[in-house]
Amino acid sequence: MANSVYSICGMCAVRCPIRVEVEDGKVVWIEGNPNDPGMGTSLCAKGIAGRALLYDNERLQHPMIRDGERGSGKWRKVSWDEAYDYITSKLQEIMKEHGGKAIMLSDRGGPFADIRKAFMKALGSPNYTNHDCTCGRNTHHASKSIYGLGRTGLAYDFKNAKHIVLFGRNMVESFKVKEVKAFMQGVKNGAKVTYIDPRAALTASKATRYWQIRPGTDYALLLAIVNVTLKEGLYDKDFVNKYVSGLSELSSFVKEYTPEWAEKETGIPAEEIVAFCREVSSDKPSVIFHPGWHLSRYNDSFYASRMIHIMNVLMGNIEVPGGQFLPKTPKDAGKKGLKSLGAEIPKVEDKRADGCGWKYKRFDGGPGLLQLQYQAIDTGEPYPIKAYFVVRHDPLLAMPDPEEQKRILNKLDLIVVVDVNYSETFGFADVVLPESTYLERDTMIRTDKGLKPGFSVRRKAIEPIYDTKAGWEIWTDLANRLGKGEYFPYKSIEDIWNYQLQDSGIKIEDFDEKGFVQLTTKPIWKDRDKLEFPTPSGKIEFVSKKLEEEDIPSFMPYTSPKKPEKGEFRLLFGRKGYQTHGQTTNNPIISELMGTNCLWINTKAAEELGIKDGQMVEISSNGTTGKIKAKLTDFIHPEAAFMLHGYGRSIPFQTRAYKKGLADQAFMKGLLKVWDKAGGSISLCESFIKVTPA
Amino acid sequence: MSKYHVEQDISLCIGCLACEAACKDKNCVPEGAFYCKMIQVGPRMVRNIPVIDHVYMACFHCEKPWCVDACPTGAMQKRSKDGIVFVDDDLCVGCKACMKACPWGVPQWNSATGKVGKCDLCMDRIDQGLQPACVTKCTTGSIKFMTPQAASEKRRRDFAEEMLKRG
Repeated sequence: MANSVYSICGMCAVRCPIRVEVEDGKVVWIEGNPNDPGMGTSLCAKGIAGRALLYDNERLQHPMIRDGERGSGKWRKVSWDEAYDYITSKLQEIMKEHGGKAIMLSDRGGPFADIRKAFMKALGSPNYTNHDCTCGRNTHHASKSIYGLGRTGLAYDFKNAKHIVLFGRNMVESFKVKEVKAFMQGVKNGAKVTYIDPRAALTASKATRYWQIRPGTDYALLLAIVNVTLKEGLYDKDFVNKYVSGLSELSSFVKEYTPEWAEKETGIPAEEIVAFCREVSSDKPSVIFHPGWHLSRYNDSFYASRMIHIMNVLMGNIEVPGGQFLPKTPKDAGKKGLKSLGAEIPKVEDKRADGCGWKYKRFDGGPGLLQLQYQAIDTGEPYPIKAYFVVRHDPLLAMPDPEEQKRILNKLDLIVVVDVNYSETFGFADVVLPESTYLERDTMIRTDKGLKPGFSVRRKAIEPIYDTKAGWEIWTDLANRLGKGEYFPYKSIEDIWNYQLQDSGIKIEDFDEKGFVQLTTKPIWKDRDKLEFPTPSGKIEFVSKKLEEEDIPSFMPYTSPKKPEKGEFRLLFGRKGYQTHGQTTNNPIISELMGTNCLWINTKAAEELGIKDGQMVEISSNGTTGKIKAKLTDFIHPEAAFMLHGYGRSIPFQTRAYKKGLADQAFMKGLLKVWDKAGGSISLCESFIKVTPA
Repeated sequence: MSKYHVEQDISLCIGCLACEAACKDKNCVPEGAFYCKMIQVGPRMVRNIPVIDHVYMACFHCEKPWCVDACPTGAMQKRSKDGIVFVDDDLCVGCKACMKACPWGVPQWNSATGKVGKCDLCMDRIDQGLQPACVTKCTTGSIKFMTPQAASEKRRRDFAEEMLKRG
């Protein structure tokens, strides 16, 4: 008889609730956790491929130390003791000479990062970093500048929306299961969808309006939308008068950005822009302008995101069904939250090496910015960084220009990769610590914010198949070996769970029935007449004094993006619904669904270069070249070329992915230094490639 | 026709291929074979929208299955109690006659065993009162497991509601 384990998926960063069936020590079935009505038994292809990952031998199976030059691909299998000894002796040398601050760590953030932050705090380092400079930092900082709330400080009620506006937010291919279910229900219920993207991703197919915008001109379109909305008085005046400061400054700033002007920039007819503004206004406040998820795209993405947030405010869509709502915390339910593992560890006095929070006050000090940490490694300023823990994060895949990254990483004395998979960064590590898959490891309890806040927990379904460990064991072991055991007194995961739950009034047994605990039965809505925002003024601020104190304007005049020369294209990238940023490229099931990538080029633009559909082409960018199959289509703007991210892998152990297709990040030459100075994200779509028939 | 029917609401499908992955995972479908397949059609421009549809193709479980008639060994069979068409692996000799006979390309070649496999609607799950893997895990609820009668009833209802919506 199969045994049911409620847990949390680990195939991508969404971490959906799942139910796992185990029979005779084997995982035989995974489905969505049906106790969660928003989830049901649904699961995406990535989540379904979890069993294929678990039973695949092409994943990390034991600790390794490199047995040759960095990146030579030569490895020595070692015991955990030997790996730990190697790491601790290196770290002790580094800490003796440079202090704990010379150690950095990057992961992919999320609800389980608390233990890694605590580990860094225990070592006395402020340099915990995550992946977000290639993800949501622009949107996050834009949100903070307006509401005082971060990117996740507002959520969206897609199911009840009447109009959903998406600037390249590819809802149905870069999705969260619960969110896309709600989105498709909204569409089914008759919601209008406006999709704006130089490439017709699948989401365009679900839209009621599709605009093939010229790449890099979202900000121009937004300025015209705000212009019309204000000029024609299409906004929610009651809401804006009550809650907003800076409307007149915004109004005079956007005056020159007319729809006729935007048409020349974006290629979208002026009368369509005006019609859109009137239509969307008639559906307010049940309107959602999605402010972007992965908006690390252009040098003005931060300002584009600010304008999206501003449109939401102008629609008065805050804390209303069909609009945005404030995700509630345990406190809103009258309960105490989880206790942080770092709560009792002394505060680190050293400042971050990347300058976030002090040199750059506008950037959150929490996770900082990895490209600026790289700068610190490279220059030794403001102080040397000598060791780097890379934790289920893959900078050589996720960050641009791997060759330049390797030059910088080579200045480190120690690179430790902790991962489940063979990442690209694995290939450049000194020591590799294999983590158990999410089906073989327990994880700390997470807080689920929402209309019904609560907690959930990942529990292992089976014991590890190979010589791997759970993250909590690795950090506890290392802390103990480095003499910081007093801050990591945990002998079992139960010790950690009990520590986290100590103030909450909840017991770990309370998770047995459903896999999660909800702290309220009814959705919590705040009184819309008494909203408060954590900005300096308590209002929603269109003009941000905090930005302006650092000479960053609240409103940035528009600069037209570069047009490519003939034979040149702006390189865009993206994903399919069945692959995860590249973590799943070698998965036995996923690799069959999408084994390689190709290059989308506009049919007419390609034909002018003598390129035929399906033909191999050579692409180049500043000396880096590669061959890839061309896919000719009318459904991409003539200035852009597109490829799926996550291919062109360099680790031979991954036999299904090795050298299949091309790696987009390798063609983003020089972009490590091209980032949004106001928002902090790297501008991943600011590179151009030359394309010729191969 | 079997007692069962997999009904697809194409408008809800997002082409995420959870169905294909769920089938591969549940039925240990060999490399290169797909017992169910989402066929992408498009994009084509319809009222300025690039429409891309995904059509679910598995097995129709025919009333008079040509694959069963073509099979020389009796490996390809129709289950008497509910009409599910399935292969008895032990009897299959890999002659591929069923592959030639089926007009829809349903029987799939297993290059590892040299035999044929196909969609049996996850009949082991049906016998436990459950639904096929593809339907159970479908991300958006685009494919549903029901009787053919319920499917036509649903289609009529959906059509009527759509007509009323248009006024």
